[in-house]
Amino acid sequence: MLSSSDRIMDSSSLTAIWLTCKLATLTTALLLLIGTPIAWWLANTRSRLKGPVGALVALPLVLPPTVLGFYLLVAFGPHGFIGRAMDALNLQRLPFTFAGLVVASVLYSLPFVVQPIQNAFEAIGKRPLEAAASLRASPLDAFFSVALPLARPGFVTAAVLGFAHTVGEFGVVLMIGGNIPGKTQVLSVKIFDYVENTNYTQAHWLAGGMVFFSFIVLLLLYSRRKRAGWNW
Amino acid sequence: MIGRFHIGYPGFTLDVDLSMSETGITALFGPSGSGKTTILRCMAGLERPREGFLSVAGEVWQDERRGIFLPTHKRPLGLVFQEASLFPHLSVRENLRYGMKRAGNSEGFEAMLDLLGIHPLLDRAPGSLSGGERQRVAIARALLTRPRLLLMDEPLAALDMKRKLEILPYLERLRDELSIPVLYVSHSLDEVARLAGHLVLIENGRVTASGSLTSILARPDLAAAFAGETGAVLETTVVEREADGLTRLEFPGGKLYIAGDAHAPGKRLRCRIHASDVSLSLSAHTDTSILNTLPATVAAVAEADTPGHVLVQLQLMDGETLLLARVTERSRQALTIAPGLTVIAQVKSVAILR
Repeated sequence: MLSSSDRIMDSSSLTAIWLTCKLATLTTALLLLIGTPIAWWLANTRSRLKGPVGALVALPLVLPPTVLGFYLLVAFGPHGFIGRAMDALNLQRLPFTFAGLVVASVLYSLPFVVQPIQNAFEAIGKRPLEAAASLRASPLDAFFSVALPLARPGFVTAAVLGFAHTVGEFGVVLMIGGNIPGKTQVLSVKIFDYVENTNYTQAHWLAGGMVFFSFIVLLLLYSRRKRAGWNW
Repeated sequence: MIGRFHIGYPGFTLDVDLSMSETGITALFGPSGSGKTTILRCMAGLERPREGFLSVAGEVWQDERRGIFLPTHKRPLGLVFQEASLFPHLSVRENLRYGMKRAGNSEGFEAMLDLLGIHPLLDRAPGSLSGGERQRVAIARALLTRPRLLLMDEPLAALDMKRKLEILPYLERLRDELSIPVLYVSHSLDEVARLAGHLVLIENGRVTASGSLTSILARPDLAAAFAGETGAVLETTVVEREADGLTRLEFPGGKLYIAGDAHAPGKRLRCRIHASDVSLSLSAHTDTSILNTLPATVAAVAEADTPGHVLVQLQLMDGETLLLARVTERSRQALTIAPGLTVIAQVKSVAILR
């Protein structure tokens, strides 16, 4: 027999869902802001730094999340350069805070946002921007009036992937954020928590929800993939 | 307009010195890979040569020696690419307004729509237009910025013959109504002969000849550049249609009869006479079926690009108009053709360019 509390999600699960949405939304917004100039630079530069920067951005694709989490923890800590900078500015250190989670998520999901946007910019080519310049549009004007609208499918892909990937992260979150309900306890950690305490019913609610959510997101993405200039 | 550019790429050097008339169409003509498009891109500021100078209508746009380089968006020019390059996310109307707005121009919109026949296309998306329609919109879009120089990079090359013929009359109207210089890059002699007033020949990154279209096309030493299409161009005026249906054209060096469509008297017609359609004789024959015979003096003889032939440059009786004839080396020897000799040019066929 299921008790009534087993049939609905308990409130700590809802808190975790809310926290996860907040984290993913904020991370995606920041990633679009940071990732767009990086993608633009990577798509247009002839610099020798293109290769190294591209590789650096792609690192989170292959590194175990614990590696990224470990180095971030060191950097954020009292002896790390970020930790010392935070101390000097009289700000709270980042480990085990929501802000720390945001910073870690931004780094962790960076390639998922930069690469689709970069591909979209590369697919546009130089010609539309040359045409815009010949019509008196300054480079910045041409970027906003021509490049951004033409790259829109890439931005949609980037935002969806960035959001979904942030929702799905576990290792980095655990290392940087720990497991503080309402502060750093996101969905994936919460599931881990339930399973450890053999609360399989609640774990099912969240895990099943994640499967459903991820499937819908990928379904939407793959049905429009052709237009998105996403080819990796 | 004066432009000097020097660029060295591995395996290719561009070194040109151009001066261009301030009105009319100047064609940059040459084979693919000769550097025509690079010259045009230099003028547009899309390439920055290490050494470069460009002044248009007395204004310096680029002078690398003095560190002057106006970026493309600050040069008052219009640019038309081989592919129309309309913005696919904007309607035709928005495409036209894009440059107008940024150039601060609010006039001439309606007149431009009339000139290029764009009214019915205004609310369409660029993707739904035919190649010819797209190119007309691209030309209008460029002109609506009120440029002081119009650059066209093979604007017809991507179109099939039918579309080409559809858009050529619009280009001719532009030529007649625009008061700015137009630089027209092309490797099609037909287009060039029809549209251009001046011709600049480009080969291997260098200017090999430059001058009025009629004078360049009548030079026998440049025949190789025009391959098998060598021939002079004449500017004629329609005089009258005679009773037997032939139309009489006159030009300073003589007259020509053409068959075919009626043309209004007084109309200017540009005709091309292929060198291979001209034969020479030493005396005037009355017993020949060839209609058009023009007395002329041999001005020069040069080797033709086909073996066993020579090209003969003829000066007609006005002392200015030039014609080219291609004859065999054997005939040249038999008739002792040499500069100064008076001959009769027999014209087998006349092509009306416009």
